[in-house]
Amino acid sequence: MNDAGEHAHELGFAALFARDLRLASRRRIDALLPLGFFGVAVSLFPFGVGPEPQMLRQIAAGVLWVSALLATMLSVATLYSGDHADGSLEQMLLSPCSPFALASAKAAAHWCLTGAPLVLGAPLFGVMMDMAPLSLAVLTASLLLGTPILSLLGGLGAALTLGLRSGGVLLILLILPLAVPALIFGAGAVGASDAGLSVEGHFSLLGALLLFTTLTAPWATAAALRIAVE
Amino acid sequence: MIAGVPDLQANALACRRGRRLLFSGLDLRLSAGQGLWLRGRNGRGKTSLLRLAAGLAVPAAGELRWGGEPLRRSAAFRRQRVWLGHHNALKEDLSVTENLAFLARLQGRRHDSASLAAALAAAGMAERAGAAVRTLSQGQRRRVALARLVLEDQPGLWLLDEPYDALDVDGMAWLGGLIAAHLARGGSLMFASHLAAPATAPVVDLLDLDGRE
Repeated sequence: MNDAGEHAHELGFAALFARDLRLASRRRIDALLPLGFFGVAVSLFPFGVGPEPQMLRQIAAGVLWVSALLATMLSVATLYSGDHADGSLEQMLLSPCSPFALASAKAAAHWCLTGAPLVLGAPLFGVMMDMAPLSLAVLTASLLLGTPILSLLGGLGAALTLGLRSGGVLLILLILPLAVPALIFGAGAVGASDAGLSVEGHFSLLGALLLFTTLTAPWATAAALRIAVE
Repeated sequence: MIAGVPDLQANALACRRGRRLLFSGLDLRLSAGQGLWLRGRNGRGKTSLLRLAAGLAVPAAGELRWGGEPLRRSAAFRRQRVWLGHHNALKEDLSVTENLAFLARLQGRRHDSASLAAALAAAGMAERAGAAVRTLSQGQRRRVALARLVLEDQPGLWLLDEPYDALDVDGMAWLGGLIAAHLARGGSLMFASHLAAPATAPVVDLLDLDGRE
């Protein structure tokens, strides 16, 4: 690849990333919805399982992780549909920028708009579930590593279900199984820390998952997008 | 023409939409400075042929070449192709200038504010440069989408699907002038239109898909 080619990828990535953030800033209410869903979903559990602190503390990590997972999947369903409907997606795929860089930019923007607020909001809801300070720190760190994985996988699901009528539900069915490892190691890290064990192994595996997903998901997303516009 | 773009060549091209064969055995050659107007009734494959030529779709049979190289593998083609589909690729919530700046950056074209302002002025949209696209009429949106062509300073292959759609008489004359300058510079053009050619349009060749099997 020559210099001009590399430059085109960076330029395309930056242009698309900035555009998605700007679009979200024009629709601030939409941007807050995933965090709202997350809060409501977490708040339902004390009503369902009872308000005993002991019980809540035990299920807190799993509840927060599952809620973050669902909030991400719900918000990612329309990641590409707007661009597909108005012709922007065709322009992106026909630009000198590689589709891999474009899919990465979309996932990165999605994480900044939904993943990052979830990471920041999680400790608040963790306190509500009576989590200990150390567990809160481990939970936040695991979400920091885990939510980008969810955005990347969600982007793939959004591309695969592009143009389908019940795409949202299908996306969840397709992608949730792929997100299970992140859920296990993410929520497992908090469990290990509560049991006084080392969390290093969990975090190493989450980090490895994140690297693997960063390298493979945009590539698969790009292939799915090409099929979708054909 | 020496400085012009390579030839676009199609050999025995066939296109299928679902089960229906739209056309087959289509040969064409488009050289620098040449414009090709695709005409035909609705559903005859004008848009499909443009999408094949843009590399958005894969032909059912036959092949497309850009200067002798397979089209979908040509790095030069990626830079030189300019596609403007039926959709304008504009974001409703962004302003006219923001939309144009994004498209120009994405395609690696000039996107400094002076160039953008000049392009919008040429398109007759200078007064609405800061307005959200949501507030524009169809014709105005088309003008913004076409303003991208003003930013093209190198000869390339323009693939335009119904470019005259929704434009008023002034807009058609402006686009005709833009196309004429593009062809004179050594670019090439393929466009679909079911309108009778406006009097101001540059002289182009005609491919009538109705006359084919």
